[in-house]
Amino acid sequence: MKKDSLIASPFMLWVLIFTIIPLGMVCWYAFTDASGAFTLANIETIGTYWVYLKDSLVMGAVATLLCLVLGYPVAYIMSRASWGAQQTMMMLLMLPQWMNFLLRTYSWMTILENNGLINTLLGKIGIGPFQMINTKGAIILGMVYNFLPYMILPIYSVMEKIHESLFEAARDLGANRYNTLLRVVMPLSLPGVITGITMVFVPSVSTFVISQMLGGGRNMLIGDVIERLFVGAAPNYNVGAALSLVLMVLILISMAIMKKFDDGEETGGLMM
Amino acid sequence: MKILSKVYTTLVFLFLYAPIVVLIVFSFNQSKSRSVWKGFSLRWYENLFNDHIILEALWTSIEVAVLAAIIATIIGTAAAVGLKRMNKGLRSVMLTLNNIPMVNPDIVTGISMMLLFVAIFTATGLLRPGFVTLVIAHVTFCIPYVILSVLPKLNQMNPSIYEAAQDLGCPPMKAFMKVVMPEIMPGIITGLMMAFTLSLDDFVISYFTSGSTAQTLPMVIYSMTKRRLSPKVNALSAIMFVIVMVMLLIINFRQLREAARKRAKSEV
Repeated sequence: MKKDSLIASPFMLWVLIFTIIPLGMVCWYAFTDASGAFTLANIETIGTYWVYLKDSLVMGAVATLLCLVLGYPVAYIMSRASWGAQQTMMMLLMLPQWMNFLLRTYSWMTILENNGLINTLLGKIGIGPFQMINTKGAIILGMVYNFLPYMILPIYSVMEKIHESLFEAARDLGANRYNTLLRVVMPLSLPGVITGITMVFVPSVSTFVISQMLGGGRNMLIGDVIERLFVGAAPNYNVGAALSLVLMVLILISMAIMKKFDDGEETGGLMM
Repeated sequence: MKILSKVYTTLVFLFLYAPIVVLIVFSFNQSKSRSVWKGFSLRWYENLFNDHIILEALWTSIEVAVLAAIIATIIGTAAAVGLKRMNKGLRSVMLTLNNIPMVNPDIVTGISMMLLFVAIFTATGLLRPGFVTLVIAHVTFCIPYVILSVLPKLNQMNPSIYEAAQDLGCPPMKAFMKVVMPEIMPGIITGLMMAFTLSLDDFVISYFTSGSTAQTLPMVIYSMTKRRLSPKVNALSAIMFVIVMVMLLIINFRQLREAARKRAKSEV
């Protein structure tokens, strides 16, 4: 290390102590039992928790897909709007993010409850009540609501850089709106889509707050299981660490797959 | 087509704002009900300012955020400067490590640090999980954002300005302060602001690293949602929302004006 870069040493020390060692401890706990002896038993318990893991992955994937379907058109419309309108929409997107996400999720609780806003209003016209809270749908709604801006913003920031001349060129070469969107905008926006997908998928899969508030503890996700194993009534750090490790590895694998997809497209596509 | 896209964006924004509007409207509700309107009242605002648990937690949140943002900004800025001077191999390793807290799910970051703090405390009796561990944890997840906002500014900078200052006899430290710092200041400020807001907003990592002695505002809100939540929390979120909205409006208008001025200039 050059002497010049010594200024980065507090950072390197910090990363070592508070990032690398803690992750090392997760691995260590995952592969040892309460007495500290090596064991694979913790990893093997995954079988019993597979239901929660599967539910988390499926619900996270559904929420991510919904965010993409809902958010992509918004990002596109934003990127083609006038400059002032773009700034305003950016601000409108950021503003709700400044309210703590527990409060935003709590608000959905009050809306979806059995005697909540929607059911009260429906009751006035003689319909319902419907069971909305404590369902899987409510959890997915919470995920989409909280993480939708994470999908829109990265896609928008890539699309905004697509130069107007590319649209003109596509039109000159005889492409219609649909073809321009499909063959110019979509390939170029792919890096933003990939970032958006990771930014929505990771927090969705690993959440325990949304599932506890909107799922009422009946629809446990892997995050809830891990939370209970660490701060619950009967903590078991070893199994908890093993589950965290599995969660981490699964997320890393899905991100590596996404990344591969991204690279493959980029080499064949247009470089701006 | 134009109308269709307007309708669509309006609907999405309605979806984003509806829960917030509901929250704020019911903060003025006379009754405790969260779905039936019983008339206007400010009683929840009064109750809020008499609730010392909430006020104390708010204060803890601000203290943690200020401390964590300052420490993370100092360490992160120094790191960015150092990273720029490192050889390529080491730099890319460090940047990858820097990404870990951003890529890892919050719950994993939280429990991993919890394991470390618990181990240190049981082994040495030092670093009892509480305020200090909370600050450490927040610094850890803030540093990456500071580095990522300072590095681009360093990359944009012309390195010969710094060399020129030294050639003209300026000692390195002074040259750094007088030449490099002003150039990267916008990045440092962005990093500081990001760190502050991320820290203020964090729940998951705090939840696992704070022990039972320190409580931030999000933690109090969480424990309140486990029981029946009082509309006091609606009142609090309404106040916070209005403060943030006014701040953002001011910043946005200033930026819009500046940018408009710049555009006008470049067109001339």
